[in-house]
Amino acid sequence: MQLKRNIATSEDGFLFNPSTGDSYAANPMATVILRMLKEGRPLAAIRQKVLEEYEVEGDRLDRDLADFERQLKEAGLLQA
Amino acid sequence: MQKEQGMEDLTIAVTGLNAIDSPGPGMAVIRSLREGLPGRIRIIGLSYESLEPGAYLHDWVDKTYQVPYPAAGTKVLLDRIAHIHDRERLQLIIPNFDAELPNFIRIAPSLEVMGIATFLPTKEQFDAREKERLRAFGEEHGLDVPDERAIHRVEGLSECAGAFGYPMVVKGRYYEAIIAHTGEQAAKAFYQLSAKWGLPVIVQRFIRGTEINIALLGDGEGNAVSIIPMRKLYITDKGKAWAGVTLEDDALTELATRFVASTRWKGGCELEIMRSDDGRLHIMEVNPRFPAWIYLSAAAGQNQPALLARMALGEKVTPCTGYQAGKMFIRYAWDHVTDVGEFQRLSGLGEL
Repeated sequence: MQLKRNIATSEDGFLFNPSTGDSYAANPMATVILRMLKEGRPLAAIRQKVLEEYEVEGDRLDRDLADFERQLKEAGLLQA
Repeated sequence: MQKEQGMEDLTIAVTGLNAIDSPGPGMAVIRSLREGLPGRIRIIGLSYESLEPGAYLHDWVDKTYQVPYPAAGTKVLLDRIAHIHDRERLQLIIPNFDAELPNFIRIAPSLEVMGIATFLPTKEQFDAREKERLRAFGEEHGLDVPDERAIHRVEGLSECAGAFGYPMVVKGRYYEAIIAHTGEQAAKAFYQLSAKWGLPVIVQRFIRGTEINIALLGDGEGNAVSIIPMRKLYITDKGKAWAGVTLEDDALTELATRFVASTRWKGGCELEIMRSDDGRLHIMEVNPRFPAWIYLSAAAGQNQPALLARMALGEKVTPCTGYQAGKMFIRYAWDHVTDVGEFQRLSGLGEL
């Protein structure tokens, strides 16, 4: 899962797609994941980091990550 | 343009001072010129009506003269400009209305003789992108323009409905467009628009999608000096952008570059684009002058009116590269308070 290079993200969790002009707001957990995605971390490393730092079960996290990836994909924010 | 060359005291005449709910581009052009050109700039407003707000905004417009309506023809326009020029020593005129452009294009050689520069499209360029010819224009230049018909009688609507289905877009010859969902609405739009703007009325296939506008500046030799795309974020009931944000998208830049290269467009221009759900870019209109939101080009890093002024005054300008995507404008309404004497002076004496 890789964000398109031109997607702008802010510390507050806002995303801006300069190709379409669409803006999005991410919740605090999604903001943390977005930050790591922008840093270029692979999904497995992000998953591991979240498991270490937050109280969440692996199955639940996998479902949420898959759902988040689907939302980013639908919004056209991921690299093809 | 260098200060030491003595060009700092520029006197520039600008039309389109109607900063109203369907605004002319004049005030945005003036703001860009004042910000983007060095030295002291004297702005001469040219107004058609006494209640064009820009005439009263003296921080922006130093002096305003009324000019005759376009229907009065080129001779009276030239006479009026000669009178203004005698008093103001104009160096450049930037007209901003579609309807006045044919006259200004026609008198441009005479203005040049008088020492007044312009930077306008040719008559052929202006005519070719008119609404009723836009489809053919698109075909000639390999640009995607929705199917359209120019009709002179209300009966023509049924043939359009057969070809396009509903909704379809009914457009006035010069301005305004109405989306008609039924035959009744289309007929009402036909009568309304033909009464206001004359015939023909243009009927266009409706394209569902996202509205994007591109402000561009062509050098007349096939090069786009500047291209700034903007997505409308808030659209008024008159279809005008009340808020918008700059975009960065290679497909939009490529389309505008191709437009300028194939038409060799000279001057400011606005492409009205619809990006349909399948990602295709359709050209809905080509406006032959800067849009009212043109200050956003300056705010994003490419000051198109200032660049136009430089080129008009003989400077060789290199095409711009890079601007800020995500730069946003939000228009607002503000009550400017003045004395009725100002209104009387402009109405009675033709200048303020």
